Amino acid sequence: MTNRTAPDAATLVAIYRRMALIKANDERSRKVIMTGRLVMPYYSPRGQEVIPSAVSANLNDNDYICTIYRGTHDMLAKGVPLKDLWAELAGRVTGTCKGKGGPMHITHPKSGVMVTTGIVGSSMPIANGLAWSSQLKGDGRVTVAYFGDGASNIGAFHEALNLASVWKLPVVFVCQNNEWGEHTAYEKATSAPRVADRAASYSMPGIRVDGNDVLETYAAARDAVERARSGAGPTLVEAMTYRFHGHIFGDTDAYMDPERKAAAIAADPVPRFREWLIEQGHAAEADLAAMEAAIDAEIDQAIDYALASDFPDVGELSRDVFAAEAA
Amino acid sequence: MGSITILESINRALVDAMEADEAVLILGEDVADPEDGGVLGVTKGLSTRFGDHRVRSTPIAEQAIVGAAIGVSLGGFKPVAEIMLMNFTTVAMDMIVNHAAKLRFMSGGQTNVPIVIRTMTGSGFANGGQHSDYLEAWFAHTAGIKVVAPSNPSDAYGLLRSAIDDPDPVIFIENLPTYFTKGEAPESGHRVPIGKASVVREGSDVTVIAYAKMVQEAAAAVEALASRGISAELIDLRSIAPWDRETVLASVKKTGRAIVVHEAVTPFGAGAEISSVIHENLFHALKAPVQRLGAAFCPVPFSRPLESAFAPDAAAIEAAVGRLLT
Ligand SMILES: Cc1ncc(C[n+]2csc(CCOP(=O)(O)OP(=O)(O)O)c2C)c(N)n1
Ligand SMILES: [Mg+2]
Repeated sequence: MTNRTAPDAATLVAIYRRMALIKANDERSRKVIMTGRLVMPYYSPRGQEVIPSAVSANLNDNDYICTIYRGTHDMLAKGVPLKDLWAELAGRVTGTCKGKGGPMHITHPKSGVMVTTGIVGSSMPIANGLAWSSQLKGDGRVTVAYFGDGASNIGAFHEALNLASVWKLPVVFVCQNNEWGEHTAYEKATSAPRVADRAASYSMPGIRVDGNDVLETYAAARDAVERARSGAGPTLVEAMTYRFHGHIFGDTDAYMDPERKAAAIAADPVPRFREWLIEQGHAAEADLAAMEAAIDAEIDQAIDYALASDFPDVGELSRDVFAAEAA
Repeated sequence: MGSITILESINRALVDAMEADEAVLILGEDVADPEDGGVLGVTKGLSTRFGDHRVRSTPIAEQAIVGAAIGVSLGGFKPVAEIMLMNFTTVAMDMIVNHAAKLRFMSGGQTNVPIVIRTMTGSGFANGGQHSDYLEAWFAHTAGIKVVAPSNPSDAYGLLRSAIDDPDPVIFIENLPTYFTKGEAPESGHRVPIGKASVVREGSDVTVIAYAKMVQEAAAAVEALASRGISAELIDLRSIAPWDRETVLASVKKTGRAIVVHEAVTPFGAGAEISSVIHENLFHALKAPVQRLGAAFCPVPFSRPLESAFAPDAAAIEAAVGRLLT
């Protein structure tokens, strides 16, 4: 791992905690679907744990994020409580959105999760607006827009980066390049060899990092967040990673090269970072094991809580369409 | 009581709203004064008065414009985004329909999107097939969006102020050919409630329901009908979504006959919805089936005689009402 201005041990352990939480939560999500306890569309973030964990370590609680359908990792890393999240995944009235958004549309303003979109590319134009609100108020907040490599081919990406640059908005565009857009490989769909290169068209820094390397991702995020907070404008960060599973739960991923996939899984960033933390003396094995056990228990509680919660009343159909019930 | 154009009253509503509330912002192509305050000057003077940070010209990027409006509204502001022409909303449909309209519901009421999208349109200025469409039915068909279309300066002012006050997204439709139509000046602070129609002229034989420029055409038609001894009641709908069922149904209950007139093409238009609701509620009170009168079902044509024949005018409305009464 690179060792450029490494964060302190507490920060590193906090990053690991997020990663461990995301990994455990993913494994539990798959199990819950597999065993038929819950039916939901599920886009696994497994393999991409480092990115939001390292980015969030540079964010304040009141900084904003806009994320996408493949976003439970981004949400958990930003602090959405497990119970609220799981109740929403289960469509219960106790969920973040009273069960009205579902897995692809989690909103939790208390932790800064302002929009989760199921539309490829659409996190970015809205992130600009949030960043604009901070610029107007001078509240010092930064907005992060998460999106995939495939989303860098849609118009919204280009419109958003251009506007953010012209207006010098306090926004950071974080592309999680997992080499796949649904079933299509990156090279087959993307004219630029690197998404980061596209930043040049918009006169903003474009940085590609190993998104499975905590220190590298942390450093790039820190620079980008500082730049945004200081008023110097947006940055495009392309974080290279790999999607361990198919696009959506149930996808047999026959189109993915098994060797490439096996290699990526063998290099799993979560245990790799765990080992490194212990090796470097940043954490003791026993402490991490205790942390992981606590995470497991917390997830179990959240799932039980969610599945025991009530479904929303059908009266919700006419609520929240407009401010007052429609005439 | 002065006389003012629709264009001037929109400008005045924006000035008054920005004066009254610091959270009100304006964004869109060419809207600031260095860019002439809009291609027709609707936003002239605003950036000079309120500053470039509150009145911002944007790149030609409609998704970015509506996206920025949505985001800044989530951050507590009340943006008025101008999409220069209604046809250009088509390239921002994802932002409008998937996001602006739905965030309140999908978030379970945690967030809302108090934006106004001002947009102009209308045939009659030889702008051809991609610059003149009335697409109000697209938005009215989407849960979570309000749609208004004023026909005179006072309503334009009052509806725009109400749209800016409104906590939900509102599409505010302006009609290009009638921008310079004059009328009574609104009082400062005047509001027209969204969802409230106005009875422009009372009558007893037939109800004519119209909005936007078609109100002016229908007013002329109703005048001509009166000279033939036909008493028509003219309703200016003003709001298309939600629309004022109460006023419309009360009128049709009285007259027993109705015709809905709009500049949008007839099939699947707002007229179909209104006609259907009238039939559902007043079937036994009707003396004749409700009629719809809209534009020809084709793209807006260029050539003058074609464009003149495309949308309903006073003569066509008069003839259609005549048919309804025989
Ligand atoms: C506008 C739009 N087109 C198509 C889809 C269907 N779709 C959902 S995810 C996806 C792939 C996106 O790939 P990428 O941006 O790389 O993100 P990833 O899923 O890899 O995280 C597609 C095509 C969509 N949701 N939205
Ligand atoms: Mg991808």
